Amino acid sequence: MSSFEPKIVAFLCNWCTYAGADLAGTSRYQYPPNVRVIRVMCSSRINPAFIINALLEGADGVLVSGCHPGECHYTSGNYMARRRLVLMHRMLEYLGIHPDRFRMSWVSASEGAKWAEVVTEVTEAVKVLGPNVIKREQVWMQQSL
Amino acid sequence: MASKRIGVYICHCGVNIAQNVRIDDLRAFAAGLPGVRVAQNYMYMCSEPGQEMIRKDIAENRLDRIVVVACSPRMHEPTFRNAMKSAGLNPYCLEMANIREQCAWVHKDADVATAKAKSLLAAAVTKVSLLEPLEEREVPVTKTAMVIGGGIAGIQAALDIADSGFKTYLVEKDASIGGHMMQLDKTFPTLDCSACILTPKMADIKNHPNIELLAYSEVTDVKGFVGNFKVTVKRKPRYIDENICNACGSCAKYCAIAIKDSFNAGLSKLQALHIPFPQAIPAAYVIDPLACRYTREGTCRQCEQVCKDLNAINLDMQEHSIELDVGTMIMATGFEPFDANRKPELGYGRYENVITGMEFERIVSASGPNQGQLLINGKKPKEVVFIQCVGSRDKTVGNEYCSRVCCMYTAKHAHLVREKLPDAKITIFYIDVRAFGKGYEEFYDRVKGEEVYYRRGNVSEVYRKGDKLICRGEDTLLGQALEVPADLVVLAVGLEPSPGARELGQLLKLSKSPDGFFLEGHPKLRPVETGSDGVFLAGCCQGPKDIPDTVAQAGAAAAKAIIPLAQGMVKTETMVARVRAEACRACGYCVDACPYDAIALGEVRLGRATKTAAVVNEVLCKSCGACSAVCLSGAIQQSGFTDDQLLAVIGAIGKEY
Repeated sequence: MSSFEPKIVAFLCNWCTYAGADLAGTSRYQYPPNVRVIRVMCSSRINPAFIINALLEGADGVLVSGCHPGECHYTSGNYMARRRLVLMHRMLEYLGIHPDRFRMSWVSASEGAKWAEVVTEVTEAVKVLGPNVIKREQVWMQQSL
Repeated sequence: MASKRIGVYICHCGVNIAQNVRIDDLRAFAAGLPGVRVAQNYMYMCSEPGQEMIRKDIAENRLDRIVVVACSPRMHEPTFRNAMKSAGLNPYCLEMANIREQCAWVHKDADVATAKAKSLLAAAVTKVSLLEPLEEREVPVTKTAMVIGGGIAGIQAALDIADSGFKTYLVEKDASIGGHMMQLDKTFPTLDCSACILTPKMADIKNHPNIELLAYSEVTDVKGFVGNFKVTVKRKPRYIDENICNACGSCAKYCAIAIKDSFNAGLSKLQALHIPFPQAIPAAYVIDPLACRYTREGTCRQCEQVCKDLNAINLDMQEHSIELDVGTMIMATGFEPFDANRKPELGYGRYENVITGMEFERIVSASGPNQGQLLINGKKPKEVVFIQCVGSRDKTVGNEYCSRVCCMYTAKHAHLVREKLPDAKITIFYIDVRAFGKGYEEFYDRVKGEEVYYRRGNVSEVYRKGDKLICRGEDTLLGQALEVPADLVVLAVGLEPSPGARELGQLLKLSKSPDGFFLEGHPKLRPVETGSDGVFLAGCCQGPKDIPDTVAQAGAAAAKAIIPLAQGMVKTETMVARVRAEACRACGYCVDACPYDAIALGEVRLGRATKTAAVVNEVLCKSCGACSAVCLSGAIQQSGFTDDQLLAVIGAIGKEY
């Protein structure tokens, strides 16, 4: 299991965390390469179906990251995302997916170092869980649905 | 749908990308992806030859979709959109894969970085093939600006905007404009009298036909967007009509309630009914409702009697709010001096001869409580110690940053002490002396030559011994502990963000840097812009700075704030939500989710029938996509970030390459 390198899909809001990830790059903070970023304008854009889809389509973990509470570029989008996505943990449990495969974080445009830390933490956490067995090809294909 | 003709352009960014990502591998990979007709690489895609390469391929190969594999779209998306526009292609048929900030700069191993770059590139090609051309729209701009904060930054910005012919509101929370600069005695390194250079500008504010000064007022709400902000301003009751009051001062003679004089840093008293300082603008008295006997207890009203003829005093004045339409806004909320009580070891608040730099300014100022005489407890101090970096460069109080002005104001203070007390012994404890500005090093040299002892080291403790204070510290150049006696200790307190700035920043959706000051749009290239279009930064609200830098930044912010006003039109968001009415079930979830009230249910025509469906006001839509996430039928979709596009990207990223 030690050689397992998880794939993590990260949905980042354009104004805070995506900018924070840019700053991590500019500052040359090194972090694990397991995270693949998908940029959206606001964390409120994230439909819970995206998270489940990502886990079905090959991701071992999913991260949603936006502006700190109270600092949303769109006033309240991150609150909406938070209200909606805390329920995700229970939804995943119900689907038989370990809830720790999904995580939310708040990283501002000035927190490049924090972005590197979050990526490192998420990667480590998902590594401990091992490969996601609910991927579409592993479950549905084998059952020749 | 006809298959797309995609061009992929991979940037080396000099060696920035090329040293960690194998460009040739990436290009070969790109060429094999579905729909890709052209895959090229170039040293600097953002350069003119790089852009020309894209334009040429659009013409020659009839490309209709472009993927640029380079840096962050936050950096160069507008560059490539413009290139596409000039080649006749819709600029929204562009997708960027950010392999510099997300691969080359953060992963040293070329195999790892290249593999990740392939995955991001494949996702970008997948998304671009699903992008649709989008239309840009423009709306008219309210040709008025608002400046929040009436210190030197706000004053300068307001004057510059007003001088270029646009109406400007200047909002100040205190009863007079002037800010901290007004409290200073002299300014370094030229020793200009601070009030003498500031008061003419304050008078200009009052007399300018294009400026409306809203003193004693606070911004409580901001709605809208660049070009069309709606700002609610709370006007606190002054109890004296500033347009009638002629500042004769007769009323104040009858007011017996004494309060701390905040202009004099609390070192003297004034009446509850007072003028903040003699040169105040507006030149009118004000009543402190927390102290006034009438507003507190309902009795007195003597001042009203005195002012019977002019009738400027109205003790029944009520707080009220006004709503103003403005096109652009400048934040100039300034700073607050560090509270020296947070460094109790230095004795501030315990010993009255330990004072802050700001208190020193008032003591030595001719308009201050001592009429400019440097007296402590009625005596001239014989030994004066200055301690620098109090509340700056100090992780123990959470301030890692340098406040940039304390080295120089301490040098100025030392010079003023030497001027007033030729025989005093003057010692300055410093960590490093930062004399970076024009004429600063020369001034520092001059002060050193005036028998001022600079000792490198922090003071760990100030305590009393007999009638002296002892500053215990270490001279880190000599490697020796030392104790310096003092009759007066001046703490060079640093600068912190203004306390009210935080809430105001949340209203305007401004980000903060880790030091707590407002974050500029880009540290190098957008130093006065913010993440919120149409909102600009001037002065210390963006970070500690001296007066010359503040004035320069205020001018820059004014120039930027004028641009939309002069253009008269601003582009609205392009990636707005669109509704497929046939799929909409009129549940109204999106109406509730929209933070901008941009969506409403209405009757729409579908062929010959009409039905109730969500209707988007595209001018109000700010392209967040919240509506699309709550739509159960997928009827409302944010352009450029539709469910189909994002799900395809999720699928592409999940694959192994």
